[in-house]
Amino acid sequence: MSDSIINLSYNIPANDFTFAGEASSNVKKMLSQLGINPMVIKRAAIAMYEAEINAVIHGGGGIADIQISPEKIFICIKDEGPGIPDVEVAMQEGYSTAPEYIREMGFGAGMGLPNIKRYADELQIDTEVGKGTTVKITININ
Amino acid sequence: MKVNELAQKLDMKILTGNETLFKDITGVYVCDLLSWVMSHAEKGNAWITIHTHLNIVAVALLTEVSCVIIPENLAVEENTIKKAEEEGIVILSSSLSAYELCYRIHELLA
Repeated sequence: MSDSIINLSYNIPANDFTFAGEASSNVKKMLSQLGINPMVIKRAAIAMYEAEINAVIHGGGGIADIQISPEKIFICIKDEGPGIPDVEVAMQEGYSTAPEYIREMGFGAGMGLPNIKRYADELQIDTEVGKGTTVKITININ
Repeated sequence: MKVNELAQKLDMKILTGNETLFKDITGVYVCDLLSWVMSHAEKGNAWITIHTHLNIVAVALLTEVSCVIIPENLAVEENTIKKAEEEGIVILSSSLSAYELCYRIHELLA
């Protein structure tokens, strides 16, 4: 892997499950091509997928920006949705505000943010009610 | 056991993924909560789920399961089939229930 930083950017459409997971699948492929450790790839892909799905379900869509450097994978998912009133509560496993039809699809079990935390080396959530949420995930490569 | 052998032994329909039928099956995982599947299914597992929408393809890709098995002859959506073909994900369809599938696959893998 070269020393250069790779930047990737994806649009995440709102409430459109047709493309949900597309960005994380593409990032996973890119990381595989770079020869990164499969466990690191799995952690990055799952954390990103959860954040992507959150943006689809709750955030009215958003933007995913990814930076891959030799040391780390940085994933930033930004939406302009309703924001999270209480991040501490949202981080609790099993807590969910997803509507019934989302739950019927197998999402909305209140595991998204806890899963991201579990797989990320660093997680930062910047959120403001009425303005949106930015989820910043760092996965160390080594 | 390879995916194609399992499909044959249990008389399952191969809906997608002809070129990836020769992956090894390392075990079985059954769950319909997608976040749970992502954090607990292991690479090479045969994943049994009643979901048939497009996102099972993304979850299968991310978890690197060897195949997705849809029980009880549930109809799989056309866009799911198309996406699975594009991504090389095997989707099998069975007339058996998830429980029966687990029991039979356990016997075959033992």
